[in-house]
Amino acid sequence: MEALQQNFFNLPIYAQVFPYLLQGLWTTIWLSALVIPLGAAAGLVLALVLSQSRRRSLRWAAVAFIDFFRAFPPLVLLVFVYFGLPFLGWEIPKLGAVVLGFLLNNAAYFAEVFRAGLEAVAPGQMEAARSTGLTRLQALRHVVIPQAVKNVMPDLVSNSIEVVKLTTIASVVGLPELLRAARDAQSLVYNPSPVVLAALMYLALLWPLTRWMARLEHRRTTAR
Amino acid sequence: MSGDTSGLIFTFFNQEVAARYWLQILQGLGVTVGVGLAVVVTGVLLGLALAVLRALHIRLITWMVVGFADVMRSLPPLILLIVVYFGFPSIGLPLSAFATTWLALSLVLAAYAEESIWAGIVSLPVGQMEAARSTGLRWWQAMAWVVLPQALRRAVPPLTNRVISITKNTALGSVVALNEILNQAQAASSTSGNPTPLTLGALAYLLVFLPVVVLARWMERRWKGR
Repeated sequence: MEALQQNFFNLPIYAQVFPYLLQGLWTTIWLSALVIPLGAAAGLVLALVLSQSRRRSLRWAAVAFIDFFRAFPPLVLLVFVYFGLPFLGWEIPKLGAVVLGFLLNNAAYFAEVFRAGLEAVAPGQMEAARSTGLTRLQALRHVVIPQAVKNVMPDLVSNSIEVVKLTTIASVVGLPELLRAARDAQSLVYNPSPVVLAALMYLALLWPLTRWMARLEHRRTTAR
Repeated sequence: MSGDTSGLIFTFFNQEVAARYWLQILQGLGVTVGVGLAVVVTGVLLGLALAVLRALHIRLITWMVVGFADVMRSLPPLILLIVVYFGFPSIGLPLSAFATTWLALSLVLAAYAEESIWAGIVSLPVGQMEAARSTGLRWWQAMAWVVLPQALRRAVPPLTNRVISITKNTALGSVVALNEILNQAQAASSTSGNPTPLTLGALAYLLVFLPVVVLARWMERRWKGR
């Protein structure tokens, strides 16, 4: 019991490393705020291509892209981008590698979510919108997409939570987000407490979101 | 341009380097598949057990199951792996890299599996259980033969995507030095000073997971019709 307290919940160490971890938490938050909208936007574009394009080749390309990056573990992708590209003579900064890796991976996942949302919008919606004189793009933007987004709101939240959790892999290439900060602190104080503290900070950040997601999902299943 | 292309191929797919390291990558592939299968079996069974326990409607148990599922779904899996791997030895519980990856990812999968199966159970009309009980079945018999078969069928589609993303997370094991594909590829790449092993590693992942992703897409389509 004492060993547990000493190595997991060491309060003096918590106090010592907390300001440093707070900086890491801040990095985690702005990194998430950067990569989630990017991935969602790219995913929406892919889903639109998949569900709206009249060209078969384009639709196939979108499916291939999505399946390829869904089959690829995000960490492998990040390692490939970060350690592979320099061999081409492209020195890529850590943040660039992380953003690129996340963009490719998230786009595929968000595309699947938006695709389901778009498929659930009745075709009559588009036809009715067109008949009022809206162009295809206007109809998409003002009629179809808002309904699609509403359909899959819980999945969008759940995907965004996954992305926040996934930012921990940026620690592998040394981007100083919360986990990296905790591991640096761990090696300084020779004690795993900082990593446990970081885990508690992730819980504080993500538990409310997980609860919110569960409520959204519950509402959806009971509404049907 | 052709010079550039052959240079590119020479760098990223150097046959000599590939010949030297492919066996190592293949061994990594074996570890990835092994730990992946172990996680799927353990995680799904544990999730099933938790969902059944929750169906007992005993308040204390419900709270514990919900608390476990919430924590495991909120924590990044990588930090869980690191806490287990670097933290447990200091409380007298050292675990190997394989055991760490297996344990951590199984717990995460169990949380998601419990939620999906539980959602399947509550989506059934209560009458199913009542009717089964009225024929003289005991609670656990009704659960096993009437409720669960229907609940599991509803839980499969949401669960397949989770299973895929969590088995892909076996790559996180490389961080605690599990000698799976990524770790082997990175080690070989830095010894040889060439990215070819990384390319081989990427191909190995596609070999394992592309069929799974395509199969899941197909299953999702088929299941929707029911």
